[in-house]
Amino acid sequence: METKKKDYLAPGHRACPGCGTAIGVKLILRVLGEDTIVVSATGCLETFTATYEQSAWDVPWIHSLFENAAAVATGVEAALEMRGEKTKVVVISGDGGTFDIGMGAISGMFERGNNILYICYDNEAYMNTGVQRSGATPFAATTTTTPAGTCSFGKAERKKDMAAIALAHGLDYVATASIAYPRDLMDKVAKALTFQGPKYIQLHAPCCVGWGFEPQETIEVARLAVQTGAVPLYEIENGQMTKVFKVPAKKPALEYLKAQGRFKHLLQDPQCAHAAETVQQICDENIKRYGI
Amino acid sequence: MLNIGSVTEAGKSRNIKTGQWRSFRPTVGDMCNGCGICEMFCPDMSIRIITGKCTIDYDFCKGCGICARECPKDAIKMTEERK
Repeated sequence: METKKKDYLAPGHRACPGCGTAIGVKLILRVLGEDTIVVSATGCLETFTATYEQSAWDVPWIHSLFENAAAVATGVEAALEMRGEKTKVVVISGDGGTFDIGMGAISGMFERGNNILYICYDNEAYMNTGVQRSGATPFAATTTTTPAGTCSFGKAERKKDMAAIALAHGLDYVATASIAYPRDLMDKVAKALTFQGPKYIQLHAPCCVGWGFEPQETIEVARLAVQTGAVPLYEIENGQMTKVFKVPAKKPALEYLKAQGRFKHLLQDPQCAHAAETVQQICDENIKRYGI
Repeated sequence: MLNIGSVTEAGKSRNIKTGQWRSFRPTVGDMCNGCGICEMFCPDMSIRIITGKCTIDYDFCKGCGICARECPKDAIKMTEERK
């Protein structure tokens, strides 16, 4: 085997060593290719690929604000349509810009039916600003705004089901993916492009700094998330679940929890044991709901 | 026309040699069969499979060690590097 594919994410970007997002975006761009315009919301990706005067993008790329990536993409798509050009318009944005801050603009884009692929790289907190909790942060994770301690077991709320919200807009294609399974991710991006109108892909991308594990363990942690049922991988076409990533030998949630510093308190503090049980329950619910 | 705040040159980050960040250096041994798993997972586009073997670009490799951890043949070793 020889490396033939050109990468459209350039090296020299300032992501932390072992960054899950950088792996994901590299793989996504391999499928998208040259004829693509990428729009990003504020977040890690925007910061590490676009430090002043140094772009890591080999495709046209634009960033405006935290909340308006979907609206900017709509404008780009409208301008291309006016000119009769067929260039792909893709939003790549973090969970903060998708689950929380950008929600209004995204909902508008989905409702208008713009021909845009929206990809959310989900690292489950605001990593760029110092690990504050987001709507995507899972239950019981400790963040700087939901610190575990004597009165708290970490985040008390469950993760928002953003894929279901996207689906509720009547999208023809909604999928979840993980950086641990590159072939699956790339197939999903390629398939999404065959659909007209808005499409949504949610990509689970671990963050070693924010989640508390060693940089070399990024893929391992991503894989554990899928193997325990914490992160279900599925594909929904025209409202029908067409593909679920099956895990024949499922692992206990404990294995996922003990791999990360953000869940350390669940294993050390007996008062948090009930929260660890709830995490296992959430995994079991996912396994049952999606038939993992 | 592009105004202030715009970057006109694509991939200009290549001017920044992030290999300087590295404190662990990956080296590829004879066991490598060029399967390409490390290349898929490299966050810094620093691995290419050339003539059937993993080849690392030390200009940009930050030494995260994902390649060594994910290698099914255990062909990549990480050693401490001091500059």
